[in-house]
Amino acid sequence: MAVRFLYPEFEVVRNQDRCVACRACERQCANEVHRYDPELGCMVADESKCVNCHRCVSLCPTRALKIVKTDHAFRENGNWTGKAITEVYRQAETGGVLLSSMGNPEPYPIYWDKLLINASQVTNPSIDPLREPMETRTFLGKKPGGIQRDAQGRLINNQTPQLELSVPVMFSAMSYGSISYNAHASLARAAQALGTYYNTGEGGLHEDFYQYGPNTIVQVASGRFGVHKDFLEAGAAIEIKMGQGAKPGIGGHLPGQKVGPDISRTRMIPEGSDAISPAPHHDIYSIEDLRQLVFSLKEATEYKKPVIVKIAAVHNVAAIASGVARSGADIIAIDGYRGGTGAAPTRIRDSVGIPIELALAAVDQRLRDEGIRDQVSVVIGGSVRSSADLVKAIALGADAVYIATAALLALGCHLCRTCQTGRCNWGIATQRPDLVRRLNPDLGCQRLVNLVTAWDHELKEMMGGMGINSIEALRGNRLMLRGIGLNQKELDILGVKYAGE
Amino acid sequence: MLKEGQVRIPSGCAISGIFSRKGSAISGERIIRSIAVMHDRSNGLGGGFAGYGIYPDYPDFYALHVFYDSQTAKQECERYLERYFDIINLSKIPTRKSAAIVDEPLIWRYFVAPLPHRLSDSQLDEREFVARRVIRVNSSIEGAYIFSSGKNMGVFKAVGYPEDVGAFYRLEDYAGYCWTAHGRYPTNTPGWWGGAHPFALLDYSVVHNGEISSYDANRRAIEMHGYRCTLQTDTEVITYIIDYLVRRQGLTMEEAARVMAAPFWDTIARMPQQEREEATYLRNAFASFLITGPFSILVGFEGGLMALNDRLKLRSMVVGEKGDLVYVASEEAAIRVIEPELDSIRAPKGGEAVLITLDAQKGGAQ
Repeated sequence: MAVRFLYPEFEVVRNQDRCVACRACERQCANEVHRYDPELGCMVADESKCVNCHRCVSLCPTRALKIVKTDHAFRENGNWTGKAITEVYRQAETGGVLLSSMGNPEPYPIYWDKLLINASQVTNPSIDPLREPMETRTFLGKKPGGIQRDAQGRLINNQTPQLELSVPVMFSAMSYGSISYNAHASLARAAQALGTYYNTGEGGLHEDFYQYGPNTIVQVASGRFGVHKDFLEAGAAIEIKMGQGAKPGIGGHLPGQKVGPDISRTRMIPEGSDAISPAPHHDIYSIEDLRQLVFSLKEATEYKKPVIVKIAAVHNVAAIASGVARSGADIIAIDGYRGGTGAAPTRIRDSVGIPIELALAAVDQRLRDEGIRDQVSVVIGGSVRSSADLVKAIALGADAVYIATAALLALGCHLCRTCQTGRCNWGIATQRPDLVRRLNPDLGCQRLVNLVTAWDHELKEMMGGMGINSIEALRGNRLMLRGIGLNQKELDILGVKYAGE
Repeated sequence: MLKEGQVRIPSGCAISGIFSRKGSAISGERIIRSIAVMHDRSNGLGGGFAGYGIYPDYPDFYALHVFYDSQTAKQECERYLERYFDIINLSKIPTRKSAAIVDEPLIWRYFVAPLPHRLSDSQLDEREFVARRVIRVNSSIEGAYIFSSGKNMGVFKAVGYPEDVGAFYRLEDYAGYCWTAHGRYPTNTPGWWGGAHPFALLDYSVVHNGEISSYDANRRAIEMHGYRCTLQTDTEVITYIIDYLVRRQGLTMEEAARVMAAPFWDTIARMPQQEREEATYLRNAFASFLITGPFSILVGFEGGLMALNDRLKLRSMVVGEKGDLVYVASEEAAIRVIEPELDSIRAPKGGEAVLITLDAQKGGAQ
């Protein structure tokens, strides 16, 4: 039926002068775009299946391939864009919810790009991190609020358990299931090598990864998949996932076809069954219930581990964070609307939640206004793309950041945003053994270590430029930021002055 | 142009201090001679002094030194003070007119004690009660500014070169066991007397040379604990941090120094176990009060003086000793001019707190 026809989004451009018909592209493409046509004696492509993941392009030995956006177009319309029209066609065809992956790609303002960082000139020397100590070690957890001394007058260590990070960057939650075994192995090993933490997400912890426990944050989410005593005790901290930036207000859905033997065992669910995380935790319908779960988990682990509560950045985030801070949580993680996901309803991903920059500024200020900022650490994610975003986040008030999309990019992700299909050609968001094998955990780990090490270098350079030689002196130091292209309301919420002020 | 407090104004500076361990009275004239040597380290936009032990006739009363912009401000402030304090003596602070010091506000001094029923109703200890009243006046009575509020100590400051400020306040008429002095080099022209140093709250006074890069992190952290940084100066925030850590949290001055100029993690790793644990605890528990960027400070307090440099020692500061007298200054010349023959002189390391207390008083700040 003609009305069903959707013109392919991309075109596969093959330079036949270069193509040697080695068929590497065919072998690499899990979407089955390429095939050899014996009659024509050359490679041909079905571009309707192409997701623009660049796997074939990257592995073509003669650089004969490129993928371009099609210039086929609907009649121009500022309101009814090609995307809007196509989505209507798709829903009219299927009657289903549109699904997407990774973070909100819509052109909303990116506040990181409207903030500028300060540097010292004349009145205060900048510090050269190659010559002087430059400290990025970060502790996450409650501050004690008051000191205690023993009979000899010595200070008693009355701190509650803390997470110690050698660099204020952690890998945020991605479940085993949504990403592959090798992706998890890469993250776990990189976290250990970097002196930071990765996060199990809601998928339990594979038995092979218990050895990385001291660098692992174990997650308890609404489906409670894979949660048991050993799991809780394996991690350095426990994260209660209340929400996710990509899909605030809804739960999760891992399709049954991804639940193979290994995932079935790790998640403690039958093979082939859909893993559905409910939208709310059904034992948390209010803040007092959250407090009970926080303390249940603390009881279960003998008060030896900090508890993180992760929430999505929604409109009332400051008040919610204040409630969380008073609930006994040691760390609040806030996930912005650009945060990634393995699968989310498109409308929710693209329309629900608020930018992390504004959420962070509002939460940090609110906690200070209430005098409780020291009772919790604040970790933000969704999305931090570079060390500059990191510096700005810390200056706005974050203790540390969570990265996930950037980490996946380091592993080879090309942001084709089709994780939900499970056919990730880069071996990341897939459970197909032949595809998973493509991600070498040795290389993956090394690339993650490289990325965070590079950011750490840049962070230190920028700190030194500001005359700051320890990260805690940058935290919440909003005078080190100036806004550009922002209106007064935005400046007020961010708590920064305009450039030139 | 925006006034001090409406805008943050960085400044470079000179500092000097003298302390008699035996508690002998040192004339204010000596500290003026010392700071005068470093004339070129200030630019005529602020100078000041703090003297300890200078009010032996009123040792048990809080001495409030106040600047007023107008009679109205004075009346309003006095009405406020009378509600909370028994004022046992009030007078203008004696000054000497000079061409070098102009545009002076009304400068008054009050010796006060909290009204007992007000104090007990407040459920606060006496010092907290006084501190809150001072912060209240400074943040809410327009044109009134209490710039000194300790017992048996006083701050004297103005816009001008420090030697002219000292002469203006007739400091030769005062004698105490400890003096600190400050010459200011702000990178702007505030023209407001309250912005000069020392900055003081209760008996804590701070003179400071430097420009801290951690300012806004420190400010936002300390403001959580009821302080209001109305001046937006480094010295103000440092004073509040010391008041919070020492008076309210109960840290010793040395411990407070380990918070503000914390040893590097590398250094901590090399410490013996108990010291290492303590240093780690202090850095971690009070992380927001780490001060970075260049500073040398002199912290005066009842019975003691602490000199402290930033962790990298980005500002000069030397300590000389002669008998029971200890001298601290930005430059050695400022010490030699008043004591050419020293027993010893040294430059303390970055982050090394030099704590000097009266022989009669053990333990310093407790």
